[in-house]
Amino acid sequence: MGYVAVKGGTEAIDASLRRLQYDRLKGEKILEIETILATMKSLVDQVMSESSLYAPYLAALAIKQAEGSMEEAVFIMRAHRSTLPRLYYSETAETERMEVKRRISASFKDIPGGQLLGATTDYTHRLMDFDLLNESVEMNAEWLHEFAKEVMELKPDAEVKYFPKVVDYLRKEGLFKNYSMDETSPFDITKQSIQFPVPRSARLQTLTRGQTGAVTALGYASLRGYGQVHPTVGEVRVGEIPVLISHPHELDESPENHYYIGEIEVTEVESFVPVKVKNEQNVEQLEFEIGYGICYGQNETKAIAMSILDQCLEHPASSFPTHDEEFVLMHIDSVEATGFISHLKLPHYVTFQSKLDSVRQVKKGEEQG
Amino acid sequence: MNQHHFAFFDEGSKKEIRRTILKAVAIPGYQVPFSSREMPIARGWGTGGLQITLSIIGREDCLKVIDQGSDESVNAVSIKKLVHNTTSVEITERTQEATIIQSRHRIPEIPLQGGQILVLQVPTPEPLRQVEPREYMTKILHSEEEYSGAWLQLFEQIMKYGRTATGADHPVYVNSRYVMAPSPIPRFDNVKMNESDALILLGAGREKKIYAIPPYTDVQSLAFEDYPFAVEEFSGKSCRFCGATDVFLDEVLDSATGDVHYQCNDTSYCLEQLNSHEKAKEESSYA
Repeated sequence: MGYVAVKGGTEAIDASLRRLQYDRLKGEKILEIETILATMKSLVDQVMSESSLYAPYLAALAIKQAEGSMEEAVFIMRAHRSTLPRLYYSETAETERMEVKRRISASFKDIPGGQLLGATTDYTHRLMDFDLLNESVEMNAEWLHEFAKEVMELKPDAEVKYFPKVVDYLRKEGLFKNYSMDETSPFDITKQSIQFPVPRSARLQTLTRGQTGAVTALGYASLRGYGQVHPTVGEVRVGEIPVLISHPHELDESPENHYYIGEIEVTEVESFVPVKVKNEQNVEQLEFEIGYGICYGQNETKAIAMSILDQCLEHPASSFPTHDEEFVLMHIDSVEATGFISHLKLPHYVTFQSKLDSVRQVKKGEEQG
Repeated sequence: MNQHHFAFFDEGSKKEIRRTILKAVAIPGYQVPFSSREMPIARGWGTGGLQITLSIIGREDCLKVIDQGSDESVNAVSIKKLVHNTTSVEITERTQEATIIQSRHRIPEIPLQGGQILVLQVPTPEPLRQVEPREYMTKILHSEEEYSGAWLQLFEQIMKYGRTATGADHPVYVNSRYVMAPSPIPRFDNVKMNESDALILLGAGREKKIYAIPPYTDVQSLAFEDYPFAVEEFSGKSCRFCGATDVFLDEVLDSATGDVHYQCNDTSYCLEQLNSHEKAKEESSYA
């Protein structure tokens, strides 16, 4: 007869998983994926943005599985992303071609194309709406019917209108520097690990998939004084942009041969930041630079904060941590930050024993010494 | 899980990780960056090791997973389950049976053999991180073999405490070229890396680095001539179950009596010792 190992770990895990399942089921309610998609758009948008996977249905499923935990939902999506083959890169998406739902400028009242408020909570009063406690499908249907009637009475424009960029107007005045088009293929942070100093494409990718709270906090820190960027929002636009790919095996790459594979909703921000530059006579003068922010879905706070950080990282000479690309880029990823923090719950028996031994030996030495 | 690909990853991802491993083997101790996929277990919970295991594992392999010496630790169980569910490979607790051993913070007590691969999970792959927080700078320090920082750290400890006071993760010099973090294995295990018969692969998922110690590579723990490297002190102590003395021991406090006991940290080693004692007893009683 021999000894057998005690299978404590396996059984304990099974029991823990069952307890988790119990907690999810005990309320005896089922949240449908369609309900999440219809009523939790902001949450779905954030999960897609932080997980770099534009898939509303999967995001809703992840939210359901994660019981509403942002970090868990993002985690599930990112892990799923690792199993998907990467087949294509899209053609460059032009945000001028956006079907704009909302577009505002804080820099000018009268921007070419006009301000379009769209749907936003910006002008709501955050009063608890107790009416929602007794919401009914019938009441909502009635409201929708009225709304549709009003919309029908409006006369739509004869053709699709694209909104010009606010910055184009200022560029014509020479207030922004004109850069030549950079056609270098972007770095892909999901296929290579970033090496410092990083190209701007890698920086923007890292910022756009950053945890909303982390990006906002660091952007805010810069704005408050722990950074040298205080921008004016030149333009925030939210809407759908078409995604096109070229045929992988055909040589003709003209736009007529591109395939339309769908559209994605994004929030795009261009912030205007005044900077001092020296002209040819070596005299300091003011000019504007752009801080750029973009993310999946509608998440304006994150996109604006990203535009601040983008501009901060363009000026690494400043001694503030918000201008240090390693500090910013290495610490804003949701999966990495939550993973390493949570690993502290793992047993550290060996490592602690080793440190304990070290401390004891030092003490012993002191006593003898 | 059966709707997932063999070993979770798509083949393109596996190839990329294997190419990284080959480079790591070619430059012992050098941290090779790789893109590092997100895994179904959390970053910091062994995703670097897991990515290595999943990219090299085949149907013929036999896997052992340990966490801080234990086959039954919750995270070891969780990792085993994930690999088994996506590959159906055989799982073992016996060190000598395994072709791949994934481990967090220990090298098994039973000496590894040629042909085996030890995969270590690494939290912080950069041995100079405490001296220099910026990756850009540490990369330069490695390329210039500028390791004064690592030596100074040890020297400062001697000045302050009269001896080096490192815990686990005591830095090593690999192949007389790169200073390397051996992952937080106790100093007791550092010596097992030197001239190892088995291939040792180290993976840091969150920090996106893979590095390696090929078999029969010179691995020396950093130390001074007059302050030699010292492993954890267990003299006069032995395992309360199997009686082993030359192993890394866990200190266990009996809360009822207040007594301190010691037991093998490597649980499967302890079990084998017990079973071999038992067998010897049976055989002698027949005689």
